[in-house]
Amino acid sequence: MAVKKIGKQTVRLKNPPSIISTYSIVGPKEGDGPLKEYFDFILQDDLCGQKTWEKCESKILEDAIKMAIKNAQLSEKKVEYVLAGDLLNQIISSSFAVRNLGIPYFGLYGACSTMAESLSLGSMLIDGGYADYLVCATSSHFCTAERQFRFPLELGNQRPPTSQWTVTGAGAAVLSSNGLGPYITHVTTGKVVDAGIKDVNNMGAAMAPAAADTIIQHFKDTGYRIDDYDLIITGDLGIIGKEIAEEFITKAGYDISKIFTDCGIEIFDNERQDTHAGGSGCGCSASVFCGYIYKLLKDKTLNRVLLISTGALHSTTSSQQGESIPGIAHAVTISNTKE
Amino acid sequence: MNKINPKEYNEYVQKKIPKPTFLKNSLWAFFIGGIICTFGQFIINFYKNMGLDKDGVSAATAITLVFLGAFFTGLGWYDKLGKRAGAGSIVPITGFANSIVSPAMEFKREGFIFGVAARMFTVAGPVLVYGYGSSVIVGLIYYLVKK
Amino acid sequence: MDYIRAFIVGGLICVIGQLLMDGTKLTPAHVLVAFVTSGVILTAIGVYEPIVNIGGAGATVPLPGFGYSLAKGVFKAVNEDGLIGVFTGGMQATAGGVSAAIFFGYIMSLIFNPKSKS
Repeated sequence: MAVKKIGKQTVRLKNPPSIISTYSIVGPKEGDGPLKEYFDFILQDDLCGQKTWEKCESKILEDAIKMAIKNAQLSEKKVEYVLAGDLLNQIISSSFAVRNLGIPYFGLYGACSTMAESLSLGSMLIDGGYADYLVCATSSHFCTAERQFRFPLELGNQRPPTSQWTVTGAGAAVLSSNGLGPYITHVTTGKVVDAGIKDVNNMGAAMAPAAADTIIQHFKDTGYRIDDYDLIITGDLGIIGKEIAEEFITKAGYDISKIFTDCGIEIFDNERQDTHAGGSGCGCSASVFCGYIYKLLKDKTLNRVLLISTGALHSTTSSQQGESIPGIAHAVTISNTKE
Repeated sequence: MNKINPKEYNEYVQKKIPKPTFLKNSLWAFFIGGIICTFGQFIINFYKNMGLDKDGVSAATAITLVFLGAFFTGLGWYDKLGKRAGAGSIVPITGFANSIVSPAMEFKREGFIFGVAARMFTVAGPVLVYGYGSSVIVGLIYYLVKK
Repeated sequence: MDYIRAFIVGGLICVIGQLLMDGTKLTPAHVLVAFVTSGVILTAIGVYEPIVNIGGAGATVPLPGFGYSLAKGVFKAVNEDGLIGVFTGGMQATAGGVSAAIFFGYIMSLIFNPKSKS
């Protein structure tokens, strides 16, 4: 009997794990954005002393994990699992980041939804009594994503207005079976939703239906009202995707407009930083959550937040073969109370 | 949530997309494209005055412009120009050079055979395939008609 | 005077490329391929030669000009060498530019490293 399951897609955690520390690292461009004061570390350049961008991405993920553990005043030996993922083929950034840590590791791929995916699975592991301490982490890097999914950096092409800017950043959160909060109280796991968008330069529109689906389902399953939340924040829908998701959710009878925003919109000043529709990538919701939202929860500016990381589950092969882009969105409720 | 009709959704999304600034982009393309071509004319005249024959002039001009396109790509200026100029810097032969140098540089870390040399032609390869391919077809037709 | 003509004709060809990219889903690679191929075809049917006569570098520097050289080269080679010219003409006429692109491309990739965008 799945006693912790409520509704169709949601789990209410009996012993909500506490997020006892976080750490966020971002690139120079993100460190020049509106949230710069909240990030724990800002890189001077996009290589951070490494030979390749891939190495750099791996390095910032490794550093984020180590620093989050250190901030929790734990030794690495006490951490029982790392759940991590990224955007690169075969998730090399994550696997290479943990190869020197000696901590059991689950590699996850949910595209840009991976941060909420790792928090979901991590909190279920702890609630189930399988671990006392674990780390959830993800990363992305503008230059590694650009060369894998799009064009060489020096190619003189133009970015369409719907395109988004992959965030260079990593975030790690340490979850513990005991602690003073904030707690992860609910997990709503998303379905893959494909609305038939084929334009790889318009990820926001491809992911928006999945985000709306998960958010609506979350309210149905939990019975929460909009007022129960201080903030509902999606991962990287960008300006266009956020607008679409908001319309869908409003149409379903939930007017969340007052407390709804998107990590990809918050992290950049789109006008000044020329990021078109906003930020994207695993590192977007990871750095915004671990850097910004966690701190606001800690100082009680926010008391209950719904974080919905959104992912576009396509590959360069599938796009070239004319397949549409399926989207996914995972939601976790993070609250200062265990309820 | 109800099932989404892909066709309706695509139409709905189209309405949400901000239109590219056609006029501004076209003016930039016209201006930069025009300047590059004017500069090309200057090089043509320069080689003409040096006394090269017609074929020599066109080859020398192409080589010079390709060098400049490659060099400015290396310096990291060409992508900045391209961000504004769009087709104005893509369509001239300097843009062809940019399309060769940019992946070659980008994939240097994957080695000099499968990185630099193989990736060089990600954009330029199709141009050569269709360019030479169509020239053979056109030549063949010309040969048959002439006979 | 030839400078002004080159500016206007070259600018207009680039505007066509820009409108193709903005108005459709074509990527720069698609536009380059389309332009080279149409340069070959337009030259073959006699349309591009007059444009070159007016525009000079304005018509030869943009990529349709590459197609123009290909077609002109192949015609010349067929006239001189017959059937074998069908295969040699295009390469001969454009050898300089393409070899230069490969050579300089390689050299530049040795000297320079790509920089991140800001």
